[in-house]
Amino acid sequence: MNSEITGVIVTFILTLLIAFPLGKYIAKVFQGTPTVTDFMSPLERFIYRFCGIDPQKEMNWKQHMMALLSINLVWLVYAFFVLLFQSHLPLNPDGNPDMTPDLAFNTAISFLVNCNLQHYSGESGLTYLTQLIVITFLQFVSAATGVAAVAVLFRAFAEKTTEKLGNFFVFFIKTITRILLPLSIIMAIILVFNGTPASFDGKDSIVTLQGDSVQVSRGPAAGMIAIKHLGTNGGGWFGANSAHPLENPDYLTNMTEIIAQVILPMALIFAFGFFIRRRKLGYVIFGVMTLGMLTFMIPTLFSEMGGNPALAHMGLKDISAMEGKEVRFGVPASAYWQVMTTIISTGSVNSMHDSSMPLSGAMQMLGMMTNCFYGGKGVGLLNYFIFLIIAVFISGLMVGRTPEFMGRKVEAKEMKIAAIIALFHPFLVLVGTALSSYFAAHHPQIGWAVQPAAWFNNPGHHGFSEMLYEFTSASANNGSGFEGLGDNNIFWNISTGVVMILGRFIPIIGPVAIAGIMAKKKYIPESAGTLQTDTATFGIMTYAVIMIIAALAFFPALTLGPIAEYFQLY
Amino acid sequence: MKKYFLPSIKLTLLLVLLLAVLYPALIAAVAKLAPGGGKGKTVSVNGKVVGYENVGQQFTADKYFQGRPSAVNYNAAGSAGSNKGASNPDYQKTVQERIDTFLAHNPGIPKEDIPAELVTASGSGLDPDLSPAAALVQVKRVAAVRGISEQKLTALVTEHIQGPLMGIAGPSKVNVLKLNIALDTLK
Repeated sequence: MNSEITGVIVTFILTLLIAFPLGKYIAKVFQGTPTVTDFMSPLERFIYRFCGIDPQKEMNWKQHMMALLSINLVWLVYAFFVLLFQSHLPLNPDGNPDMTPDLAFNTAISFLVNCNLQHYSGESGLTYLTQLIVITFLQFVSAATGVAAVAVLFRAFAEKTTEKLGNFFVFFIKTITRILLPLSIIMAIILVFNGTPASFDGKDSIVTLQGDSVQVSRGPAAGMIAIKHLGTNGGGWFGANSAHPLENPDYLTNMTEIIAQVILPMALIFAFGFFIRRRKLGYVIFGVMTLGMLTFMIPTLFSEMGGNPALAHMGLKDISAMEGKEVRFGVPASAYWQVMTTIISTGSVNSMHDSSMPLSGAMQMLGMMTNCFYGGKGVGLLNYFIFLIIAVFISGLMVGRTPEFMGRKVEAKEMKIAAIIALFHPFLVLVGTALSSYFAAHHPQIGWAVQPAAWFNNPGHHGFSEMLYEFTSASANNGSGFEGLGDNNIFWNISTGVVMILGRFIPIIGPVAIAGIMAKKKYIPESAGTLQTDTATFGIMTYAVIMIIAALAFFPALTLGPIAEYFQLY
Repeated sequence: MKKYFLPSIKLTLLLVLLLAVLYPALIAAVAKLAPGGGKGKTVSVNGKVVGYENVGQQFTADKYFQGRPSAVNYNAAGSAGSNKGASNPDYQKTVQERIDTFLAHNPGIPKEDIPAELVTASGSGLDPDLSPAAALVQVKRVAAVRGISEQKLTALVTEHIQGPLMGIAGPSKVNVLKLNIALDTLK
């Protein structure tokens, strides 16, 4: 077996080996039992006291959501204004300009909602100050927001009939002090020792061996790159993201980065099982998610490793799909990254997705369309929970039993919320794509900074894919792109900004509401008539529900984009 | 909602200090111990910095081993891939031109021996590496221009191959800058 394939397998095994104990640890953190990071408690007590937070005060689901939305609103306003005036603030050695209002709107939302769609390039669009106090800051807190939201779900099903579901601020702060910050420090140190810059010096000017004068962008990047992955954020320090040789210098850092982005989504699944004392349910969920991952991974590996048939027509024997890829990672590790980063909504890229083969592009989009196989920080499990509730309901109808999950009845109200959330994502993606297609087709010369006729970097079906990918990525809060799209203009900045913010908060509030409502219900002890949700059969049922909803909703659009391109190319 | 705003604002201030000031400062301090002191690993020739080990640079002369095509011409003040799709006719034309250019500069190399990476642009535009095959296919040209034996050059390339991580994970690669520096010192 060649070393590029073993590299991918070793990466996945290491991920599992880290995620499992990490899940146990996370469960303990939220249970409040002793852990190795108890040395953080003085800092946490100081934070509670300074901010006037009573950590003993428990909240119901509505209070949780109020607290979550309040603090997110503070961050949105803060981020927007700092970006708008960044050139007047210190730490701008490269003299980069202010953001335009529409770009600041897009960027502030993008990082607030853990999406990290970037309509700018890091080298020229931000200052060192905004890279740190806006971008890095939001990468921490948006990830912690997602985890704090899923912790409500943990609490809702850990106890019988309760309204008290813990304190939002406690979940949030502990996620930072006990999980994200310690892991980020470790990872940033690994990165700096492999060549990622971390100093505050500006661009360097050098004369190359051949005699050209070039400038090299640098900056305090390592800390940001660590949380970018651990927080499933994905926004890069440099324009080329993790394809950039300073952002991701070698195969070791590549493994570190791809492992870092997957461990927490995976660990949260195990943590759920441990926390509610139903490990088997955790394993079944993990199994379904892994099956989902493989459903996208295997075709992607084959399509990427098969190479570009157009090169064969030109008479080459080696037709590797190396366009947009880096030699130090090679094709398999790039393909592995493409799938992982789209299913877990990181959006960090180590190869340019726009240049990947048509089928791989379809798989990347499907990863974001389902958006729940492992999934983003906290929100992956929340999305999965929606499908799980739908699966419970359908299975209940099929076998003629009252739908129940974890000893609580699933009734009309919960089902309505679940149905709305499940359809909301396709709604945002497809309406957005339809709108952009309309402008591209009927108003190609409209006077925006980039005219619709000039949006596309590729003609035909691939151009359509660029738009579809952009809205899918925005709604799934993924943040990667078919980056050829000319997206820094008022249409894309505003439309994806709105889609991102709706695509973030509605799918958080919905599942938390369902969990909160169900937690209040009377607990019915399991009996012989109870539908077992921790079995392989039920797992397959959930998998089918996810695939059917995604396929029915998105297949027509995929047919116009990557599938049509596939038949054009092969 | 109001009762959550005051704690939210205070918490934001505190966390900006912790996560955006103290944390990056800590990493910058630790980085001083790392190779390059956290400024990126540079490579020098006779005491003069000629580049960064990890950042690819442009080599256009036939006497040097040339790196991969770049969408940003190796200008490291930015970074980008071409973002061209496989089916794009303009893109296919560009690749065809690169093949023709390569054949013109490398007489005696049959078309089917050209590795795909030499006619496709990298993701960052700053790819510092080549695969061993892509370096070796240039030996004939460089040897002819420099008047060095192919055997000696092949040995030089082989010497510069970095194998997979721990021998098991990932591709082999050759750092183009380091190879060319060694080439310049070869007599």
